[in-house]
Amino acid sequence: MSNPLQNVITQTEQVILGKPQQIRLALTCLLARGHLLIEDMPGVGKTTLAHVLSSTLGLQFQRIQFTSDMLPADILGVSIYQRESGDFKFHAGPIFSQMILADEVNRATPKTQSALLEAMEEHQVTSEGETRPLPSPFFVIATQNPTNQIGTFPLPESQLDRFMMRIQLGYPDAVAERGLLSGVDRRDLIADLKPQMQTSELFELQQQVRKVFVSPALLDYVQAILRHTRESARFVHGLSPRAGLSLLAAARAWALLAGRDAVIPEDVQAVLPGVASHRLQSVHDTQASDGEKLARELIEAVAIP
Amino acid sequence: MKLTAQLTYGLIACILLVSAPHAEHLPIWVSAECGALLLWRAYLARSGKALPPRWLLLGITVLSVLAIAFSFRSLFGREVGVTLLILLSTLKLLELKAVRDATIVVYLSCFIIITNFFYSQSIPTALFMLVTLLVILASWVHLQTGGLAFKSRLRIGGVLLLQAIPLSLILFVLFPRVQGPLWGLPQDAYASSGLSDSMSPGTMSKLSLSDAVAFRVTFDTAAPSRDRMYWRGPVLWDFDGTTWKRGRNATTRTGILEDTGMPLSYTVTLEPHNKRWLFALDMPDKLSIKYRLTPDFQLLSEKPLNARTRYRADSFLNYRANPDEPSQQLQRALTLPRGLNPQAQQLADNWRKQHPHDDAAIVREVLRHFNQGGFEYTLEPPLLGMNGIDEFLFQSKQGFCEHYAGSFVYLLRAAGVPARVVTGYQGGDYNDLGDYYILRQSDAHAWAEVWLGERGWIRYDPTAAIAPARIESGLSAAVSNPAALPFMARNPPPWIRALRFNWDALANQWNQWVLGYDTETQFAFLTRLGMEDISWKNMALNMLAGIFTLVGIFTLLMLRRLVVRQTDPVQAVWLKLCRKLEKSGLPRLAHEGPQDYASRIGTAHPALSEHMDDLAARYIGLRYQSQHDEGALQAFKHAVAAFKL
Repeated sequence: MSNPLQNVITQTEQVILGKPQQIRLALTCLLARGHLLIEDMPGVGKTTLAHVLSSTLGLQFQRIQFTSDMLPADILGVSIYQRESGDFKFHAGPIFSQMILADEVNRATPKTQSALLEAMEEHQVTSEGETRPLPSPFFVIATQNPTNQIGTFPLPESQLDRFMMRIQLGYPDAVAERGLLSGVDRRDLIADLKPQMQTSELFELQQQVRKVFVSPALLDYVQAILRHTRESARFVHGLSPRAGLSLLAAARAWALLAGRDAVIPEDVQAVLPGVASHRLQSVHDTQASDGEKLARELIEAVAIP
Repeated sequence: MKLTAQLTYGLIACILLVSAPHAEHLPIWVSAECGALLLWRAYLARSGKALPPRWLLLGITVLSVLAIAFSFRSLFGREVGVTLLILLSTLKLLELKAVRDATIVVYLSCFIIITNFFYSQSIPTALFMLVTLLVILASWVHLQTGGLAFKSRLRIGGVLLLQAIPLSLILFVLFPRVQGPLWGLPQDAYASSGLSDSMSPGTMSKLSLSDAVAFRVTFDTAAPSRDRMYWRGPVLWDFDGTTWKRGRNATTRTGILEDTGMPLSYTVTLEPHNKRWLFALDMPDKLSIKYRLTPDFQLLSEKPLNARTRYRADSFLNYRANPDEPSQQLQRALTLPRGLNPQAQQLADNWRKQHPHDDAAIVREVLRHFNQGGFEYTLEPPLLGMNGIDEFLFQSKQGFCEHYAGSFVYLLRAAGVPARVVTGYQGGDYNDLGDYYILRQSDAHAWAEVWLGERGWIRYDPTAAIAPARIESGLSAAVSNPAALPFMARNPPPWIRALRFNWDALANQWNQWVLGYDTETQFAFLTRLGMEDISWKNMALNMLAGIFTLVGIFTLLMLRRLVVRQTDPVQAVWLKLCRKLEKSGLPRLAHEGPQDYASRIGTAHPALSEHMDDLAARYIGLRYQSQHDEGALQAFKHAVAAFKL
């Protein structure tokens, strides 16, 4: 494994206690050029995670708090008439940043949501007929509060598909909680963080992810998983081809994180809950939070060929 | 699962298919109402409009039930039950709100399938119901799986149906049969057409317009010639001027047959006709089922025959029947209504004067009269008045077998010769595919019996004197306008005949083996299969064993699809290793990757840890990394071969 990457993980784990799996998944998502959706209650460290990652990776960070009265221009930016020069000048919105934390994305109206999601998908912003590229790398961490849904617009399934992964943080375990309560203030810790990686190194890693070898045997496995979701009577819809591509990209990044140059079935299994949980829906119409369980079921239902 | 329009269409189709055959016997307004409700429902599904409000549905339901109660004058009984079931199921479609409602509709459709067999148990009905069941299953699959394509739903339904066939065969063959129907079907379940216990002009000719099968006969040995095949039915004694009736026998003594030859044995499969008569060749000796032989050699069963009945019978073709008939009976055979038909009486008196002591000669005179008197054999004789016999004998001279048999007996009685009318069937259509004879209603016939002292009762068929072809080759050869006859009695082209015979042979097999599969047939069949101790318990055990075997076979077939056949050499070696570990109680889970498996074994058996990690790494290298080299594979093979626990 490349050293800077290990350093990133180590440093992040010092601040975010007891969540090694989630940190790795978040990094995987970043390395695979996907975007991340965190669905959890307030106060479990969603914002902190985003902060720590941006500081550790040395990325520009912007946090956008979504509200119901927000307009697309509030995110993308707006052209304002200049009295002196007599023309319009574009004032870039907060989205022009390498790392975005879109907090409580379900509070905004669908119109604003789709402005964000389009930018995510196309890595560019088109406003008043002019197309402006977004900085690179561009990584969005969106958060959604699953409870207290009154007056919110939960992302529809088609929009959820734009996120490579959805993860949950959950409560810390007893040891981590004790560390958190007795330790230094997290904000101070974040302020002291030093970038462990150059942006160029991050680009390099993202390039490496694409080169991680995938054998025909592994593709068989991925296809078996996709086929199962489409043929089984358990799911409302099968996984889309885009989901399949995301799964493979995430598995490659995971393998790279684990220091391997080829993907093995365990990599696929590790990222599958993150990649599939928000895309699968049980026919029995239970709560969406069961996605994780469904993904586990899926893993156990498909034999490795 | 949402109740989509497509699903609704499927459910509408279920109810429509399953209740369509009922349209024939439902009140017309019920059929119309159901049709309208289905159309309405389809329109609602198509336009996506809301379902009707509760009060409206309730109103329609209450009104419909009241209307049914009014038109049937009852809310109990089979007809009413079926009508209610269909109407309410159709209404249920207008109440589809949750998946539960749809499930109920599916199960209701399955239930209504059964009710169709109350009315018809023929092969077409069974086939139609099979198709209906397929549609119902497809809707059910739709309900269970949601967004599956129509074709694959139908395919799953079909597979389910096919899988059910062997199971239902086992249940059908081995399920212990109870004597009689499982629950008594009411009498009106059966069409009743056939010979009645009276005969008046028109009875027989009307009956001969029906193509319906009366019974089928299989002879053990060669069949007798056609002109000797008189299937004896009700014997009629009492005449009131127009109608011949059975009346009451004046004796209880069973008829006696003397000077008989060897009996002729055969099997009769009699269609239900709701009367008590059983049919056998003149003269019957004994039957294999419970029966009673009347003094005039008529066979009666204990109860009206409302189920298809099979029996073996023995008959004597040569006999002297009751040469010592009691005088009260002979008196009955001479009785005539007073003051009617003077011309006939005069004719008879003339003959009597010519042959004062020779009854047989008088019989010959009557037959000669019919033969040479310009009589015509026709299906459409003119109507007759009060002195029907006179009008027929001296004016119209056109008649069917009942006219001839009736006036023949009348003339003989008038001349003082004891005689009676016998009704039944004559002849039979040979089906060479099934090697049996079919007797249809169109073969119904009436003839006469004359008592000639020492010689007993002798059969005379006056029809043979006018139209011998009727007896020798059937109705169509004898009647002047065959177009009025039923199709099969009209000598259709040979290929249609063959088709009909094929179909009838099939229907006969169906009747004998499917519908007629009762305790007796089951016993015979299982004995032929080699089952020795045919008890209730044994059959149930065999049935369960059969079901378990079948389900086991299906399970194995399905499991085989889960087992991945392996052709990759690397994978083969890995699986060999997994089998080794499995033997020592550490099986690999199907979804467990090599690294996870190795680490699990390492935790369970720390001693193996290093070796396992090495093997897993080799396997991963060969299978998931691009190391396609023969040397590494050989090394992996050796390492696995050397691996010991």
